[in-house]
Amino acid sequence: MSQTTLPPVEKTQPVSSPGGAISDRSRAERKLGWLLAGPAFVVMLLVTAYPILQAVYYSLFSYRLTDPENRSFNGLANYWVVLTDPLWWQSVFITLLITVITVAVELVLGFALALVMVKALRNIRPVVRAAILIPYAVITVVSAFAWQFAFNITTGFVNSWFAWLPGVESTTDWFGGTGTSLFVICLAEIWKTTPFISLLLLAGLAQVPEVLQEAAKVDGATRWQRLWKVTIPNMKAAIMVALLFRTLDAFRVFDSIYIMTAGANGTESVSFLAYRQTIARVEIGLGSAVSVLLFLAVVLIAFLFIKGFKVDLAQARGER
Amino acid sequence: MSTRSKVWWVVGGVLIVIYCLFPIAWIVSLSLKAPSDVANGQFLPTDPSWTNYSTILTGAASDLFLPALRNSFGICLIATAISCILSMFAAYAIARLDFPGKKLILGTALAVAIFPVISIVTPLFNLWRQIGLYDTWPGLIIPYLSLTLPISIWTMSAFFREIPWEMEQAAQVDGATTWQAFRKVIVPLAAPGVFTTAIIAFFIAWNDFAYGISLTSTDRSRPVPAALGLFTGASQFEDPTGAIAAAAVIVTIPVVVLVLLFQRRIVAGLTNGAVKG
Repeated sequence: MSQTTLPPVEKTQPVSSPGGAISDRSRAERKLGWLLAGPAFVVMLLVTAYPILQAVYYSLFSYRLTDPENRSFNGLANYWVVLTDPLWWQSVFITLLITVITVAVELVLGFALALVMVKALRNIRPVVRAAILIPYAVITVVSAFAWQFAFNITTGFVNSWFAWLPGVESTTDWFGGTGTSLFVICLAEIWKTTPFISLLLLAGLAQVPEVLQEAAKVDGATRWQRLWKVTIPNMKAAIMVALLFRTLDAFRVFDSIYIMTAGANGTESVSFLAYRQTIARVEIGLGSAVSVLLFLAVVLIAFLFIKGFKVDLAQARGER
Repeated sequence: MSTRSKVWWVVGGVLIVIYCLFPIAWIVSLSLKAPSDVANGQFLPTDPSWTNYSTILTGAASDLFLPALRNSFGICLIATAISCILSMFAAYAIARLDFPGKKLILGTALAVAIFPVISIVTPLFNLWRQIGLYDTWPGLIIPYLSLTLPISIWTMSAFFREIPWEMEQAAQVDGATTWQAFRKVIVPLAAPGVFTTAIIAFFIAWNDFAYGISLTSTDRSRPVPAALGLFTGASQFEDPTGAIAAAAVIVTIPVVVLVLLFQRRIVAGLTNGAVKG
């Protein structure tokens, strides 16, 4: 019985130590907090911080797995090799292009989907919601295959369906050139990830105070004005969070490119370049340098978003 | 709303459903095309057949597909379980206790979530070969935690923050023991959040391709997405298109079932942390 008589009030209220003095109680709470959260924290550091430090270390060596004898320290030479190689800049350009196109389209399309979901009648809402979760939950590789087979010159139906469009014929090889390959890659990415954006925006829409909408309506604002002057400014935080996560996610594009083109025709992304150096060519040193640069690029983008757009990280969350 | 605008919103809803399901319908249709029919240039098969399914389940490609399916299920379930248990403790601490470092833990989770997977692959590839974890289940489960842990911590602490914890004391005042109060009051309140988090974490692990393709080399541990990716190049049979489509359909079934059963919870889980954080 003794353990049931703990004074309950003290337990629920977070102890704010008055005047800097730390009470025993708050010290115990700190200890318990770290005891409970510590393991997860340590595991997260072990699976990311440790490998990236290891990558930084490897990147300073000339090191090829098939030739371990000749492993030698060469300072920043790997970075020099990467940064002076047009292949690197080509992959950076392709990655940025895919990121900008997909995120821009997804934001507009996702907003439209969110608006429809808000307005959708109650009886069809569950159907729409279930449908919208499917692209999110489907494996990226599966989605990439579906789109690749649809556009493929032998297995696809796109060429015969859209033969009436100028430029599309039964012999159109979508994966034969950079532009058309990128078009299909972007389509697949947009299809797969728009639902996630739209769900975040839908949650943001729900936070726009109804009174403001009503007030604007009474004041004679048109539908369009209400959208731009009331709705969007009031859900800026949700938009920014969605943008931040999708941008970082898009910048890491790998699966779709691997499946659809395997980097052929100049469609290689930064992630794919790093993969190819490390796994296919077993150039651990060079691959590590590319990996570290990719990591720095992601950090830079996150930094620009957080400082530039003042994204409130307390409102953000992890999502891949 | 007027009847006319109602009709338009319904049309919009129907368009969304078509948009979401069309590629899935296409891959299902493709999987039912016999090898001779794959190049028919049409959306639908001329004569639906189960040939592709028998190829991957009992035929030539079954020794590629079935071990991969087993690996995927095993590795993803274990990774999900570990990250759920770890984040359960962490989320409890974040939601209920007051201690310095809360922000640090959430911030770290966020940083890990935006981490480029490929950057970890390079060092792990080398390290795993040295210590013998290359091409093993633990060799994938450990890096999968970098995918599942951050989102589990965020989602679960968002859920835990909404639990009315004072109900525990209320139960104790009413004469329940600590254990009873925990089991009868807190567990039922916390369970949906934990369960939803587990589903989302499972989706993410199930979706992984980069680790799967880089850190495995045989069917000892290769998961399905990686096996699918290798079907194209390394297959013995002539045209792998139909077999890939059939395998793609099979690995899509679990996620579709989960979505249909738990759609409301999944949406809450995905958006809770983002908006209420």
